[in-house]
Amino acid sequence: MPESLLCCAGIDTRVGNVTVTRGLDLDIHAGQCWCLLGRNGIGKTTLLHTLAALRAPLAGNIELNGMPLNQLKRRDIARQLGILFQDNEDSFPATVFETVLQGRHPYLHSWQWESARDHEIASNALTRLGLSEFKNRNIQTLSGGERQRVAIATLLTQQTRLLLLDEPTNHLDLHHRLDILEILLTECREQQKAVFMVLHDINLAARFADHILLLLGNGETRAGSTQEILQTTLLERLYGHRLIELETPTGTAWLPG
Amino acid sequence: MHQARTVPLLLVLAGATLLGGWFSLETGSVPLSILDAIQQPGSLNAQIFWELRFPRTATAFVTGALLSIAGALMQVLLRNPLADPYILGISGGASVGALLAILAGASTLLLQSFAFGGALFSTLLVFSLAHGQGNWDTTRLLLTGVVLAAGWGAIISLLLAISPGVQIQGMLFWLMGDLSAAHTPLAGSIVLVLVATLAFMLSTSFNLLAGGELHATALGVETDKLRVTIYVLASLATATAVTQAGNIGFIGLIAPHMLRLAGARDHRVLIPGVILLGGTLLLVADGLSRLVIEPRQLPVGVLTALLGVPLFLFLLYRSRRARYA
Repeated sequence: MPESLLCCAGIDTRVGNVTVTRGLDLDIHAGQCWCLLGRNGIGKTTLLHTLAALRAPLAGNIELNGMPLNQLKRRDIARQLGILFQDNEDSFPATVFETVLQGRHPYLHSWQWESARDHEIASNALTRLGLSEFKNRNIQTLSGGERQRVAIATLLTQQTRLLLLDEPTNHLDLHHRLDILEILLTECREQQKAVFMVLHDINLAARFADHILLLLGNGETRAGSTQEILQTTLLERLYGHRLIELETPTGTAWLPG
Repeated sequence: MHQARTVPLLLVLAGATLLGGWFSLETGSVPLSILDAIQQPGSLNAQIFWELRFPRTATAFVTGALLSIAGALMQVLLRNPLADPYILGISGGASVGALLAILAGASTLLLQSFAFGGALFSTLLVFSLAHGQGNWDTTRLLLTGVVLAAGWGAIISLLLAISPGVQIQGMLFWLMGDLSAAHTPLAGSIVLVLVATLAFMLSTSFNLLAGGELHATALGVETDKLRVTIYVLASLATATAVTQAGNIGFIGLIAPHMLRLAGARDHRVLIPGVILLGGTLLLVADGLSRLVIEPRQLPVGVLTALLGVPLFLFLLYRSRRARYA
């Protein structure tokens, strides 16, 4: 049995007057790649932020590596759990490299400079995301897709076992979408990390995730292995839209009907 | 900014500070050699030097440094590179306190206590209104501060309108910022050392907070605590500066900006850098304020504004071009 990185028991979450989850049990193990699917405004980001300790659940317990999440210090959480946000706020100028290097913050003392090792980790992350040439560019001048890749490089630089990602494929073209998901999957498989991400593309979810969590509204959730959850009738109910199921060389695919 | 470029930048700034200090000490209505003054204790020159020149130079440096560090802190707190130390109305509270003291014919010491009290009152008022319910959002903080500043502005106008003519000039000098009545800034120096040390120790977290609150939290920063700390430090620095020298504008806005444009975006460099640069800018401006319409003196705040406005517009225009180049 692989070790459990994040374990939720009986989680209730609400945002505004939307009930996101009611009594959700979830166990994310090392090596697993989870995908969270649901309609717009159903509370995917709220749930993700709850798992990252950025907001507290109304009820239930969350444990990170066996420790209650609400008792851990921010710095300790940041060494074990990294999160990619939907938006980046760039009010001040900074270079790509400076931004990526911020991923090392949880490991530094308050006024310590980053070591050569930290620089190496950040450089490697930039190389993996094909951003080496952007190293000295001001982040305020990047395109949406480039900025998104910088944010993912920062997340990899943080070197956490658990990666939570809010729409990692946002702003990315077809090639980079697959590229990023491949990188995340490699992290999962080879480094025994765990990924939990929000996606809007059922076909990418089917191809990369081994586990799926559905938010069906009114607090109703469904979690399980990808084969178990990705059923046409269930997906039609999830999005309230008819779907056409296709058999393709890379597996089952769905088109909007 | 690369670590290797940090030391040269700070050395250049330190050199500029020394030059600025020398210029400020040399400038005045009496030509005076600094060396003579120090070597002949008891002479008239020594008296002028120790009782007038040195306190004024020291106050100019400490005030400029406090304003710039407060500016850099406010910019991080409000996540807006255009914020200045006065944006949340601290100087308005101080001004009302000072004008009331002048109106009552109070001594310098009492005037300073009133100004500091007014600044603290304004700080607490903004804090309790904007942070009252526990959540602290940047827009609400900014709006609360800006509206209160407007309120203070109205009270200042009222006080000016009802004050007898003889007191008006003193009031205006105070409002514009003036160093001619400076004393050796003991309390100011202590506050500067305290604020600078704490700000430097927290500077890595400032880098993260500049990228957004969620971003900073996710990377291990206790943002709620940090923001309260920044608010307290910035308010203390501003209140002290205003108490010492009145409302000297633009230094707190320009010094952090000039350094950012010079590549010092990392607060580990920016914080020590603004102390030197802000102090130097005010040393030079104060020296010039004694030269421009000799033998009369300009309030230094008028000069910083007159020089600051075109300089700031120039920097703003240049950075826009650089960004899209």
